[in-house]
Amino acid sequence: MKIAKQEVIHVANLARLDLDEQSVDKFAGQIDTILEYIALLNKVDTKGVKPTSHAISLTNAFREDKVGEHLGRDDALLNAPERDDENFIVPKIIG
Amino acid sequence: MNLYELTIKEAASLLGKKEISSKELTRSVIDRINAVENKIDAFITITEELAMKQAEEADAAISKGDIMPLTGIPMAVKDLLCLKGIKTTCGSKFLENFVPPYNATVMEKLQKQGAVIVGKLNMDEFAMGSTNENSGFKPVRNPWDLSRIPGGSSGGSAASVAADMCLASLGSDTGGSIRQPASHCGIVGLKPTYGRVSRFGLVAFASSLDQIGPLTKNVSDCAAVMNAISGYDPKDSTSVPKDVPDYTACLGQDIAGMKIGIPVEYQSSEGLDPDVENAVSKAVKTLEGIGAECVEVSLPHTSYAVAAYYVIAPSEASSNLARYDGVRYGIRDKDQTDLIKMYRSSRSDGFGQEVQRRIIIGTYCLSAGYYDAYYGKASEVRTLITQDFEKAFETCDAIVSPVAPTPAFPIGQNSDDPLTLYLSDIFTLSANLAGIPGMSVPCGFSRDGLPVGLQIMGKHFQEEKLLKIAHSYEQATDFHKKKPSL
Repeated sequence: MKIAKQEVIHVANLARLDLDEQSVDKFAGQIDTILEYIALLNKVDTKGVKPTSHAISLTNAFREDKVGEHLGRDDALLNAPERDDENFIVPKIIG
Repeated sequence: MNLYELTIKEAASLLGKKEISSKELTRSVIDRINAVENKIDAFITITEELAMKQAEEADAAISKGDIMPLTGIPMAVKDLLCLKGIKTTCGSKFLENFVPPYNATVMEKLQKQGAVIVGKLNMDEFAMGSTNENSGFKPVRNPWDLSRIPGGSSGGSAASVAADMCLASLGSDTGGSIRQPASHCGIVGLKPTYGRVSRFGLVAFASSLDQIGPLTKNVSDCAAVMNAISGYDPKDSTSVPKDVPDYTACLGQDIAGMKIGIPVEYQSSEGLDPDVENAVSKAVKTLEGIGAECVEVSLPHTSYAVAAYYVIAPSEASSNLARYDGVRYGIRDKDQTDLIKMYRSSRSDGFGQEVQRRIIIGTYCLSAGYYDAYYGKASEVRTLITQDFEKAFETCDAIVSPVAPTPAFPIGQNSDDPLTLYLSDIFTLSANLAGIPGMSVPCGFSRDGLPVGLQIMGKHFQEEKLLKIAHSYEQATDFHKKKPSL
């Protein structure tokens, strides 16, 4: 076993997902199989190999610090599930 | 011949000679969509009103002699490309009402050419999947056999072109999502080099792997669409500032003497369907027949590609999809009065099973104590896979292989077996890990009459070589001319 049910619940919590018991059972089994398979990577000797984060490495993608076109407030708020004229509205954070 | 059956090149020629109008052509395509869409379910949104308006504008431009290769051509795009004012769902319930306030760069580029957009295409949710069964709305069906998958995740993009519901489409490819559905639907699909096409306005899945590309009826159309969408974009700092050649210029050039690499590791691949194997080896003979020289090459780390990919892609996805929190866009569980509970409930309601599964795998691989063992290790193996290709390309101009190990299988066959599905990406996902271009061209049919594709891969930014080889091959065969009967 690579991953226990308890761990699936913990990781789902980190990822802000609610899983019902049935999904926890199902995912634990499936993810375990996948992680077992992924363990294949341990067979590869990668001593001294540099990791690749991007296939085409570009460094320092600079631009001038100039104000360009940007979304207006109304456009930015267009898809908000809850809003007022100027803000996104979220449930109260500080009691 | 019906107008909707035309290729881009044929239509552009008739439009240029004013033998047809874009309005007539677009009407024909919309009528075709209305006639067959209930069988295929290729579209999430049909944009008839927008299309007819754009067709009228295209006709006005053409009458002034202002015509570009895609002017007045009805196209459709995968529903993860933001089109201003038009619902863009990414195949997810979470975004079922999302209307982008801006255009993806590729949409700007298509509009600049005067292309006509007939709709937004169905896909696996957040592009995660290879069957289209993970669409948050409805599965797409393969036009060649309606009981089978069209491939994925750009299933709608491939099925719509194969069923003549648009002249060409755009899709995106993170591990094979353009090439595999193109192969299953018997059309041409190209995943360009990472950084060739701007990803600005593409809803992100795995940012170091995603690339937008064309799905078309033939190779010359593919080159025409590549001309329109390629190039550096200041809005995407991973797009590469490199000149874009005229991709149509290489078409028709002789491929005599070109060296085609055949990876030995791919030949012994388990689970390779004999019909696919047969079609691909015949294709290799055809290539030899038109002057190519075939050589064996080795990609020794092939057997680790799936494992590396299924660490890297879900890890990047878990990070990218953290933005869906029910605050700025998407659905929200309005009953929750606690912020964290609101996040959790909204995300769980909005995301389907495969998306949740991959977020969990990715979060696990990136979590404290596991990062080095999973993401770190996979990123190192990714380097070795890239080096395999670099070495192989020292002795050949391009590599050919199958696209998918089997032809399209029945809907539902593998839907509860994620690992089996992941393993079927073996031939395509290495190109994403290495960032190299890969293409699928029709190379035959299975005994059941299902299309089979040939994959051609090349060095970074050598799309021209792929198009040249694919075009020569296409001229020597007639698989691309066959159409499904609907």
